[in-house]
Amino acid sequence: MSVSRLLEGKICLVTGANRGIGNAIAERYAEEGAVVFANARKEGSLDAWAKQCSEKYNTSVIPLYFDITDAAASKAAILKIKSDFGSIDVLVNNAGMVTYELLPMIDFEKLRAMFEVNVIAMIQLVQLASRIMSRQKSGSIINMSSIVGAQGVKGQLGYSATKGAVISLTKSAAKELIEHNIRVNAIAPGMVGTDRFTQVIRLPT
Amino acid sequence: MSVSEKYNSVFVSVFNVEESVLGNDFSAENIDNWDSITQLSLVTAMEDEFDIMFDPEDILNFKSYSVGKTIVAKYGVNF
Repeated sequence: MSVSRLLEGKICLVTGANRGIGNAIAERYAEEGAVVFANARKEGSLDAWAKQCSEKYNTSVIPLYFDITDAAASKAAILKIKSDFGSIDVLVNNAGMVTYELLPMIDFEKLRAMFEVNVIAMIQLVQLASRIMSRQKSGSIINMSSIVGAQGVKGQLGYSATKGAVISLTKSAAKELIEHNIRVNAIAPGMVGTDRFTQVIRLPT
Repeated sequence: MSVSEKYNSVFVSVFNVEESVLGNDFSAENIDNWDSITQLSLVTAMEDEFDIMFDPEDILNFKSYSVGKTIVAKYGVNF
């Protein structure tokens, strides 16, 4: 893949960067020259990878450990980025959880937890980052939805509901924030062969 | 400029009023153009002036000159 250093000097935050799509996005951003704040919950889990990426791509990949459902921690993280670099150019809201169950088997405690992670925490981060971005009159927010959020799927009513919410909140945020020159987009991937996915579904070899 | 003068200057700028009208009666209830848009401009200007970031509930509650002082003080600004 050709590299243009398209994001040279851009300050980016990627949530859920410890594995899968989030990890790939964070590494690709680093490859493009961005300063990447890579978020995960588990303290220390990104240290070795971040150091390796920073050296390999001649940029700064900085682990930022916090639970996105902890509003105070999310605020502290955004303030740290602002205080260290003065701006936030890109927020990738990738962190999320997924469950698989048929309608009669829905565990409402898990469902509420999933809405907390996939929707409420995302809205909080959009709110926080957009307050910084609106001052700088620029920014890009990318929210991770899913194809099931647009099309629905048997056996994932709860998950698809959260991802549908991501699509609608993205459209509303885009309409509200465009006046500050902030783009808000959602991505709705189909099946991606990440570690988490292959733990659930065995892919043909 | 003292902290109080800085605080007042934000109101003067956002509401386009004389400093002399600012006081306990200056609130969303009594000021015609204190709507949600003005309130957002007010808290944003306050954050910029004092280099702080309000929690969402403080943005919602910032509905008067006097309450605002209490809120700003919570963020380590001493009047």
